[in-house]
Amino acid sequence: MSEVKNILLVGVGGQGTILASKILSEGLSQAGYDVKMSEIHGMSQRGGNVSTQIRFGKKVYSPIVGKGEADVIVAFEKMEALRWIEYLKQGGKMVINDFEIPSVPIQQGIAKYPEGILEELLHKAKASVFKAGEIASELGNSKTMNIVLLGALTKAMDIPGIDWEEVIRNNVKKGFEEINIKAFRAGADQVA
Amino acid sequence: MKQLMTGNEAVARGAYEAGLTFASAYPGTPSTEILENMVQYKNDLYCEWAPNEKVALEAAIGASIAGARSMAAMKHVGVNVAADPLFTFAYTGVTGGCVLVSADDPGMHSSQNEQDNRNYATAARVLMLEPSDSQESKDYMKLGLELSEKFDTPVMLRMTTRVCHSKSLVSLEDRVETALIPYEKKIAKYVATPANGKALRRKLIDRLKSMEEYSNHAEINHVEYNGSEVGVISSGVAYQYAREVFGEDVSYLKLGMTFPMPMAKIKEFAGKVKKLYVIEEMDPYIENHLKMAGIPCIGKELIPEMDELNTDIVRKAIFGISTETIQSEKEAVVRPPALCAGCPHRGFFYALKKKKNIIITGDIGCYTLGSAAPLSAMDTCICMGGSISAGHGAAQALKKNGSDLKVVSVIGDSTFFHTGINSLMDVVYNKGNSVTVILDNRITGMTGHQENPGTGFTLMGDVAVEVDIPLLCKAIGMKEENVITINPLDLKATDQALTAALAKDEPTVIIAKWPCILKKFSEQDKKEFDLTPKKCEIDQETCKKCKSCVRTGCPAISSGDQIIINPDSCTGCSICKQVCPFDAIREVK
Repeated sequence: MSEVKNILLVGVGGQGTILASKILSEGLSQAGYDVKMSEIHGMSQRGGNVSTQIRFGKKVYSPIVGKGEADVIVAFEKMEALRWIEYLKQGGKMVINDFEIPSVPIQQGIAKYPEGILEELLHKAKASVFKAGEIASELGNSKTMNIVLLGALTKAMDIPGIDWEEVIRNNVKKGFEEINIKAFRAGADQVA
Repeated sequence: MKQLMTGNEAVARGAYEAGLTFASAYPGTPSTEILENMVQYKNDLYCEWAPNEKVALEAAIGASIAGARSMAAMKHVGVNVAADPLFTFAYTGVTGGCVLVSADDPGMHSSQNEQDNRNYATAARVLMLEPSDSQESKDYMKLGLELSEKFDTPVMLRMTTRVCHSKSLVSLEDRVETALIPYEKKIAKYVATPANGKALRRKLIDRLKSMEEYSNHAEINHVEYNGSEVGVISSGVAYQYAREVFGEDVSYLKLGMTFPMPMAKIKEFAGKVKKLYVIEEMDPYIENHLKMAGIPCIGKELIPEMDELNTDIVRKAIFGISTETIQSEKEAVVRPPALCAGCPHRGFFYALKKKKNIIITGDIGCYTLGSAAPLSAMDTCICMGGSISAGHGAAQALKKNGSDLKVVSVIGDSTFFHTGINSLMDVVYNKGNSVTVILDNRITGMTGHQENPGTGFTLMGDVAVEVDIPLLCKAIGMKEENVITINPLDLKATDQALTAALAKDEPTVIIAKWPCILKKFSEQDKKEFDLTPKKCEIDQETCKKCKSCVRTGCPAISSGDQIIINPDSCTGCSICKQVCPFDAIREVK
């Protein structure tokens, strides 16, 4: 594969995007790809939006994804999907967690959480929408929501030859391997 | 086996592999993780958090003079604080190799300004290296220590946010121990009196010549020749953007060493191409060097002089092309950062907001978010430690001019230790009357929880002596009754302390002491503060929807058809309960 593929993971501080992107980039680099991953630290822990950008291919230069260049965007929160849609490539895919986290202006009653986001996104792009948090809770651990989304993402990426379950085993806390693998499989089932 | 590492991890690894034994830093985004990553090598080297960047660099200078390889790391504005020793250190040179890591923040992701610290290299005349990815971050750190010893100069390793915080693949090597260089007394070299300084100044000029000679032949100033039509000169992460946008068909001069600039190599490269672009972030640093040498090039007339670059910006600027994007008419609501649910600063700022006829001078830390609506309880934020001194100046000027406005200066614990102590001495010594509030949340919060001289622990995890802030205030001359410690989650006590302090015409200090809610609590924290988990809940039948609780700005509280406290994020700090006029909020276990 000579071209560079671009993946964006977007969400809100504390949703576990960092671990998901770590597993993703480890898997890709072990498969022999050149990988660059970029994230913005700083004020994200205080309720700001967070984004992780992963680029891989034979040779990657820029560590960040340009507008209209993302092959897949995984949104851990649906308003974040809306915020980042202009980064999606024409024909790119979205994986959207049907989950709302209001921002401070919304909580203060100054702004309204936009209505009809999912309809809008499904109309504009090829998107898989599901409730990752509920799936994780049904499996018995709501904290595996990020791995549910990772499962959906790797399915949407469709990169052969990577044993994702092995990468997960090596990157999650000891004793939590099996629950995370279940979460990963449940996520993959959400993408056709 | 290659490993994915951030630039910051790679710098720490490079220092380790190069046999460095001393590292010091003050935390600051995007540089913080460099020293955090040094700790894993603590069996082989020593590392510490300094109270500020000047102290960090001076300590690294001392380690170098003592014969060890050393480094200091800081964010771009930290170099301003450390500039005093830097300029003279450029004169004296080193014994053990010494690298100053400057992590610039183009685009101001987490900074109060945007400054291009490459200008420091030319101003101080220190050798500068600019990595563009993690492998180079490691390699240049090692090379920097070698070149520092070879040319007898401090070396600046200039990073930027995207280099610091992007991961790419790095090949690891083993550590090579470097023996301490035996100490010799060198008064003429290290005592910068005017007489010695003049001699050192001449040596510095000679050193520049040999460094430029090296720069012209250095492999890290690398030419990739792909034809004579177009040439591109670039450095740092801007090179990565340029390389991607211009592709395989143009020629590149990728600069890894940008001071002294390899002017002979640049002239030769410029002579081989018909059209020459300079692609760089922020200032026209490379471009100005070319223009001074009479080399025509295209740079800042197309490429923006502010904000960080990316491939979109470079492509649009050079080729006028934008990638087609999917647009939506719907707009995502902004998601600004806010003080966390349970943050001890919230109670303090809520009480402070109620005070009239005051100017609030603020400082740098999480608590700068006290300036955000609905609290809006801050009027200024300039630089680390500036709250107390700017507040003092304002208070004296107001008083002299007969104004009845009073001043409250707000500063965090780590920032107080950084440079706030000097400012408080100014207030006491010069008989000021501003109110100084030290928000002591028992940790350096904003940068992600680093130890400091007040926390009782060091970077390497050892138990440390704690600064006794009340005793320190007394030692610099504050009256005992004018130094009071309060719990900022107790609104009544906070209000009373502020009222009493504002009524006085002499220096007062209020220490608002409560640990950061995100902190990993120490045994001492657990003993000193009631940190048992609690939640608050709104009784919907009693609630009159007056939104008093919403106006605390707590992100756990949502205002819709009902006012609701999200039990997952509430920590039971009880600020909302205290402000509710209808007793509709109760604590639940």
